[in-house]
Amino acid sequence: MIDVEHLMKCFPHKDKNGKETVKTAVRDLSFSVGKGEIFGLLGPNGAGKTTTIRMMTMQTQPTSGKIIYNGLDTAKAPQAIKSYLGVVPQHINFDQDLTVGENLELHARLHHMNRKERQQRIAELLDYVELGDVIHDGVRRLSGGMKRRLLIVRALIHHPQILFLDEPTVALDPQVRRRIWDLVRGMAARGVTVFLTTHYIEEAEALCDRVAILSKGELVDLDSPAHLREKTNLPNLEEVFLAMTDKAEGRGGRR
Amino acid sequence: MKYHYLEDVWTVFWRDWIVLKRRMTKFILSRMVAPMLYLVAFGWGLGRSIQVDSGTYLDFIVPGILALNSMNISFNSITPVHAERIYHKSLEEYIIAPIWPDAFVIGKVAAAVLRALISSAIIVVLALLFGAQFTMTPLFFCVLVLNCIIFAEIGFLAAMKINTYEEMAQVNTYILLPMSFLCGTFFSTQTLPAVVRIVIEILPLTHTSYLLRGLGSGTEVSYLSLLVLAAYALVGMIWGSRAFRKLTE
Repeated sequence: MIDVEHLMKCFPHKDKNGKETVKTAVRDLSFSVGKGEIFGLLGPNGAGKTTTIRMMTMQTQPTSGKIIYNGLDTAKAPQAIKSYLGVVPQHINFDQDLTVGENLELHARLHHMNRKERQQRIAELLDYVELGDVIHDGVRRLSGGMKRRLLIVRALIHHPQILFLDEPTVALDPQVRRRIWDLVRGMAARGVTVFLTTHYIEEAEALCDRVAILSKGELVDLDSPAHLREKTNLPNLEEVFLAMTDKAEGRGGRR
Repeated sequence: MKYHYLEDVWTVFWRDWIVLKRRMTKFILSRMVAPMLYLVAFGWGLGRSIQVDSGTYLDFIVPGILALNSMNISFNSITPVHAERIYHKSLEEYIIAPIWPDAFVIGKVAAAVLRALISSAIIVVLALLFGAQFTMTPLFFCVLVLNCIIFAEIGFLAAMKINTYEEMAQVNTYILLPMSFLCGTFFSTQTLPAVVRIVIEILPLTHTSYLLRGLGSGTEVSYLSLLVLAAYALVGMIWGSRAFRKLTE
């Protein structure tokens, strides 16, 4: 379904002496994700998770490497690929001048859905996340949890085959986080491939079939949470994550 | 995959249209203030003591006010795209959508042109109430639309290239404000020193003022000015489209 091959992203950067240089955010990253899989990308701050998602969703071009969806290359068929991707960004990026319903309608129109499809799908999804009564409210009025759920709803309107979730539960209380987990599991059960980045290791452990651990833009390991625990002989994924990222970043290990 | 050219342009325009529709009364009232002041100050006040060859000073400045007002409104109507890009990040919705990338530029420019034309219609009504006399021909309307397109495109480019609110405000201060006064809006460019005139006559607003004044008073105009405006509009569209596509680099 998704094949990422030798992906690399460099940005112009100034070093501590103010000299122009290049910073490599993602280096030689390769992996594959299967249909209906929940795939987690884990890493400390600055590991390259968001840059990877931005490249995979065509918001920024890779410096080198390839991203292939169902045999289609993002460099050659971006529009066709975009039509079956759903993206939940890390930040709340609604159009502040539009209501909840108008934001969702804009998304549906951008994905060329007809009026009947739009109305049905928006009503159905808002009911599913219990936000039907705020359809005419401005997005500014919503609580943080409501905005997060609405971001997911927006990404699902056009029936995406692949859903990207960039830190979907950041700064949410445990109840809302659990509801979002249920939503994600529900999507995967219906055959949607879920690509998730998170800071919450227990979230990845609870949701993901496989996780890739990134450090300083490089892939440290990729496996199922159970296999990673087995390989390292550590009791949970958080311990595995800390041990692997410490090693990759040249720290002695904290245990 | 086939592009949905018109549908995509309409979607981008639709977003701005529903926002404008909701704020229409406020928009119309706020757009009446500046032209009203110009007409009172330069038409009635100062204008009564000034005579120009073609008639009253009021008749002379109405095309200038139309030119500068359509420039300001079309530019400022598109600058919220800057906040959408830098602060709200809502532009990402369009970037990740399977739309024809140029539809975003065209839709945004079209919405800004609509706002500027509504504002221009208000000026025409007010000017007629103040007793101004001028003729509106289809070509007069085309020149006005071209002017709106050019400055909407300049606003779009600024929104794509500039990274802070402060710098966006500086475009108004250093580019639009001097043009408002110097590009044949309130007085003929013929009175300017030769060196200054050369620079001023390169600018699009000078050509708009000249064409609107000539067409409005029924005198002969040079179609070279029309070509210059069309060239500005074309270059602005190509440049705007490139700037939007560059956001994903």
